[in-house]
Amino acid sequence: MKLSRKDILGIKELSVEEITLILDTADSFLEVSTREIKKVPTLRGKSVINLFYEASTRTRTSFEIAAKRLSADTINISASTSSVVKGETLIDTAKNIEAMNPDLIVIRHSAAGAPHMLASLLRQSIINAGDGAHEHPTQALLDMMTIRSRKGRIAGLKAAIIGDIAHSRVARSNIHGLTKMGAHVVVSGPATMLPREIETLGVTACTRIDEAIKDADIIMMLRIQTEREKQNVFPSLREYAQYFSLNRKNIALAREDCIVMHPGPMNRGVEISPEIADGPHSVILDQVTNGVAVRMALLYLLTGGNS
Amino acid sequence: MTLLLTGGRLIDPSRKADGDADLLIVDGKIVKTGKDLPKGKKSPDVEILDLRGKWIVPGLIDMHTHLREPGFEYKETIASGTEAAVAGGFSSVACMPNTNPVNDSRSVAEFISRKAKECGLANVYPIAAITVKSEGSLLSEFWDLKDAGAVGFSDDGKSVMNASLMRRALEYASSLDMPVIVHCEDKNLSTGGVMHEGSVSTELGLTGIPAIAEDVMVARDLLLAEFTGAAVHIAHVSTAGAVRLIREAKVRGVRVTAETAPHYFSLTDEAIRNFDTNAKVYPPLRSLEDRTAVREGLSDGTLDVIASDHAPHARTDKEVEFDYAASGLTGLETSLALSLRLVTDSVLTLSDLIEKMTINPARILRIPKGTLAVGADADITVIDPEKVWTVDRALFCSRGKNSPFHGWTMKGKAVLTIVGGVIRYRDL
Repeated sequence: MKLSRKDILGIKELSVEEITLILDTADSFLEVSTREIKKVPTLRGKSVINLFYEASTRTRTSFEIAAKRLSADTINISASTSSVVKGETLIDTAKNIEAMNPDLIVIRHSAAGAPHMLASLLRQSIINAGDGAHEHPTQALLDMMTIRSRKGRIAGLKAAIIGDIAHSRVARSNIHGLTKMGAHVVVSGPATMLPREIETLGVTACTRIDEAIKDADIIMMLRIQTEREKQNVFPSLREYAQYFSLNRKNIALAREDCIVMHPGPMNRGVEISPEIADGPHSVILDQVTNGVAVRMALLYLLTGGNS
Repeated sequence: MTLLLTGGRLIDPSRKADGDADLLIVDGKIVKTGKDLPKGKKSPDVEILDLRGKWIVPGLIDMHTHLREPGFEYKETIASGTEAAVAGGFSSVACMPNTNPVNDSRSVAEFISRKAKECGLANVYPIAAITVKSEGSLLSEFWDLKDAGAVGFSDDGKSVMNASLMRRALEYASSLDMPVIVHCEDKNLSTGGVMHEGSVSTELGLTGIPAIAEDVMVARDLLLAEFTGAAVHIAHVSTAGAVRLIREAKVRGVRVTAETAPHYFSLTDEAIRNFDTNAKVYPPLRSLEDRTAVREGLSDGTLDVIASDHAPHARTDKEVEFDYAASGLTGLETSLALSLRLVTDSVLTLSDLIEKMTINPARILRIPKGTLAVGADADITVIDPEKVWTVDRALFCSRGKNSPFHGWTMKGKAVLTIVGGVIRYRDL
């Protein structure tokens, strides 16, 4: 089976079959990263551009490793070092990159919809590595891969996503993915962090995180951005840590075999207590490992590979 | 010069007239209307137009446009803007003061009027700024601006956040019998927003502008108008809450009039789903409930005027990330056709629609326009109600090609725009 689309812009557009194809392909790539020689010639002669308009260590590194393990050439462009500072528009930058004939462009941008604009203008495949508070499809795919490998399934599970839902692209992509795959999703956080009409995305919302955690199979904690404190989205990190963090006490409400996830980077002691982050329920480092496999799968499928 | 319009259906809400009639124009004035006016002798100075099947209405008035000159000529000029106006059927437009420099002084107001006269297309009525540079801190010189030709005051694009200053502005304008036109948006509630706050913004992760940002300010300005007894005109109403507040205020006898724009009764925030920057406007396209309420407001008379909020932008302003794109759409050349859909949809009668695009804005701005009465300036628009056409932004006269209606099929179009007895646009 082939993936018959040019770009990966969001989970919203993907079908269950497509998600399953990507996850199956990712499973098969997992092994490459455990070899002594971690390289296959699959994408030899292809070039991948990582165009990052927003700081990122984990995601950019993950994409770069994924491409290199498939033998593609990778070029990293970050906003601080590129022509962005000279005032060039995104479209001009992208057209210049296009003129150099890469095969695939990975873009992260603080403005929602930026990857969509590139996708409509460029002939290259575009992978969205996070656009504003809109989508972060590769994160949701690696999360689903992790859930599937730990739980054997996604359908029928209860997933609690906790934190700043309003500003989180990870939350949005996971809401689309997990509900499509048949999970029951509950989102929770301070009322100021739950966007209006979030229920229209097919989730339940609550402001007491205990309610969300109760009987959950999956607990996904989101990073709290400390600058929101100044915007009066919440009063203080102290209060947030006391009432909205995952800790030894409230995790007891979840199912005994629950898994704890975090997209990183973590604020230890704020949204998650250190003993939970490092504890037996945590699959946080599995997520990172699976991230490379998911990105390998997407690079492979978008350049025409079969599963 | 004599012009005889024959065979058309003459609709003039200012005189509650609607029926087949001819209309005679001599030397820029309407001289006679009636059935089967004599054609007279053939002469090169007389043009007789056969308008069977067409509607003859007072020259349309768009009381809310941005002509961008001076300062933003790369977006639009008074020449291109008035060319777009007459192509859209508008013989008169009022233009907002957010130019560079802002129209807050006699020199800018006079410059606009002089430029418009040189262009010689549509009549242009400058609206001057309420506050110096529209910065919301010092009143501009209302008396001098009125003498220079300004027909109203507005800091369009933002609200005067200081309620005390707004009170003074209303009192001061009232003494001149001039309307204050308010853009209602509490900036503390709207800061950072780029679209309507609702299910679509939630899904797209774009920062929302809540409907309440408009409602709160409409409520404040209605209360200030009630308190001062001054006339206030609420610009581009987009929310159900604002419609309700204005309706209630009218019942109480507040001197309020209000307008909406075609995009608020034609589109909803669904138009943003593909991140189309041409659908980015302020106030933002709202929910279906809001759109329905706006239509009801038009229908029951709460909303007096349809104005396009013509906001042309250059490609470079729009071909960027949604967050960074300029807001506004080019509206003069689609406004009439979109409004005619209200008649098709039974929201308005034809006469009510024409009223909201002619005599109502004329009365609000206190300009002697919007009527086909004998003796009036011969500003006339002829509409072909059957003409089917497709919106093609490449064909716009406006420099602004930023239209979310590109590709729409429309029925009904202005085919003749007469300004002061002279044909300024002809597509017969």
